Amino acid sequence: MEDKKKYNRRDFINSSFRVGIALGLTGIGVALTRRAIAGKSVWQLDPSKCVQCGRCATSCVLETSAVKCTHVYDMCGYCDLCGGYLRPDTKDLNTAAENQLCPTSAIVRKFVEEPFFEYQIIEELCIGCGKCVKGCGAFGNGSLQLQINHKLCVNCNQCAIARACPADAFSRVSASEAYLFKGFVKGKK
Amino acid sequence: MKKHLSIVLLTLLLSVQVLNIFAQQRFPKPEFETKYVQPVMQTPSPRSVFMEYFDVVALIGSLSLITWLILKKRSRQGVFWMTIFSLVYFGFYRKGCICAVGSLQNVTMALFYPDYHIPITAIAFFIIPLVFTLFYGRTFCAGICPLGAIQDIFVLRPLPLKSWVQKVLGLIPFIYLGLAVLYSATGTDYIVCRYDPFVGIFRHNATFMMFAIGGILLLIGVFIARPYCRFLCPYGILLNLVSRVSKNHLSIAPGKCIECRLCENSCPFGAINMPTPTKNNEKRNIMVKRFAFYFLITPFLVVLGGWTGSRFHENLANVNPKVKLANELLISNVKEPGKVSLEITTFKSTGKPIDKLYTEAAAIVQKFYIGGWILGGFLGLVFGLTLASLSIIQYRTDYTTNKGSCYSCARCVDFCPVKAEVK
Ligand code: SF4
Ligand code: SF4
Ligand code: SF4
Ligand code: SF4
Repeated sequence: MEDKKKYNRRDFINSSFRVGIALGLTGIGVALTRRAIAGKSVWQLDPSKCVQCGRCATSCVLETSAVKCTHVYDMCGYCDLCGGYLRPDTKDLNTAAENQLCPTSAIVRKFVEEPFFEYQIIEELCIGCGKCVKGCGAFGNGSLQLQINHKLCVNCNQCAIARACPADAFSRVSASEAYLFKGFVKGKK
Repeated sequence: MKKHLSIVLLTLLLSVQVLNIFAQQRFPKPEFETKYVQPVMQTPSPRSVFMEYFDVVALIGSLSLITWLILKKRSRQGVFWMTIFSLVYFGFYRKGCICAVGSLQNVTMALFYPDYHIPITAIAFFIIPLVFTLFYGRTFCAGICPLGAIQDIFVLRPLPLKSWVQKVLGLIPFIYLGLAVLYSATGTDYIVCRYDPFVGIFRHNATFMMFAIGGILLLIGVFIARPYCRFLCPYGILLNLVSRVSKNHLSIAPGKCIECRLCENSCPFGAINMPTPTKNNEKRNIMVKRFAFYFLITPFLVVLGGWTGSRFHENLANVNPKVKLANELLISNVKEPGKVSLEITTFKSTGKPIDKLYTEAAAIVQKFYIGGWILGGFLGLVFGLTLASLSIIQYRTDYTTNKGSCYSCARCVDFCPVKAEVK
């Protein structure tokens, strides 16, 4: 008899707690859902803040960074002397590897017509170090820009580069506007 | 008057011209004479929103299925296959990221930062496992959590741990939870995600360090079953507390326990409550006294913990990038400019006012001061209550699952000779 009473009391306490927790969870759920966004957000870096420090290449959780150099062709001057392609201190002007800024030779230079050249980034080779971006920004149009490539990015809960970026260039943006380019961008899709 | 107007007009004109210069490229894009086709810009789109919602559906579906397998079918085999499923789906396919364990930080941050837009999926992944646990025990841990799943398949030669070792190590998750909440409530970092040991394995991509930590944990897990779940997981604390009052928890015997002791060593996680030896009234008296003592000193432990925590608030706050930058700037102002860090040069190049940074950093440090008190107090409370609970023995006659720490993996069920009555 006594045992049963005790048991009932424990049951009662348990169900009170249960109701309390259920109410609490509902409360949190409702309060948060009002603040939440439907849809999806992804990480992106703002090239107008970026100072090309090189941490994008090293801080990503992925072994080769999800940040890649993106070429905004609409902004490119198709220069022969590309500030993003050639080292500024090169002696002889040729395309030998030691004259290239890119440490992995990820930029392919292709003759278009006198005197213009097209520069293409090979995504698989680019490590996102931003050396070319710096060069292009300093001597050229700034058409080479670092961006998180969303095919590669695993969309970490907290982007590891965002924490390391000295320029505070990273933020979450809406997935429908997943790229941020700076400057004059025509025909942006 | 006229003169004024002309000046205004002139400046307007000038500024328009200046703007024009800025809008122009240094080297305007050429007009090509040949039929050159410009390549398309590479901007691959992210995974679709629909797929994110599908993850939530998959979570609810798999949780319902595993709960049914555990409570109705009592099938260890079923649980095993669900483990494999979630390892493949939530682990290797979703790369371990959208995960209930990490979502607690999003939730904390959303509670403290009204302008942080928490994804709906993060709320769902936080709440749904807790709701299931409230009704059915930790069926989420049984085989849906990808972190639990990867450890569970490595449970090969589990060794029993002394119960006091379990208790002591079991305090670590509270510290981890406290720190995780502190750092997300101050907008500093998501430490649970940063130090997630298995996410690198799910991605097949991580630094050597993270691979090593994950690998070592799995190896330890061969002998000490599910080390992350038992001695680290911060979300497990919440599940544990909720599960204690769960409505329908898995029981070892489907009917009355016959005390055959067959299941005694079947739980790799030490989550089976053994029957206690017969009552001893004298001992009971001592026990009550000891319990009362620990219970009474708990408030002191809380205050002591809080005070200690607040002593360390500056160390805790230095993890915050803003506070760190402000500290570095302060030091570099005192010393002659020697080697300055990248952060400082970048900050100076932006030309942001330094005083604003200092006030912001001071506000964050203040938050850490309060946070340090709360964190320390919380740990003091946990410590006190653990001591108190160690000193009471609940009298039991049957072998039962410990509702808090049982993962409902259904291993013990296979050992029990009592079979459910067939209707
Ligand atoms: S870490 Fe920041 S500043 Fe450095 S390259 Fe990346 S975006 Fe630019
Ligand atoms: S220089 Fe760096 S950022 Fe530019 S293409 Fe090469 S690897 Fe990519
Ligand atoms: S979110 Fe993760 S994967 Fe994407 S860029 Fe940042 S660290 Fe790399
Ligand atoms: S204890 Fe934590 S890590 Fe382990 S299964 Fe449960 S939620 Fe996952």
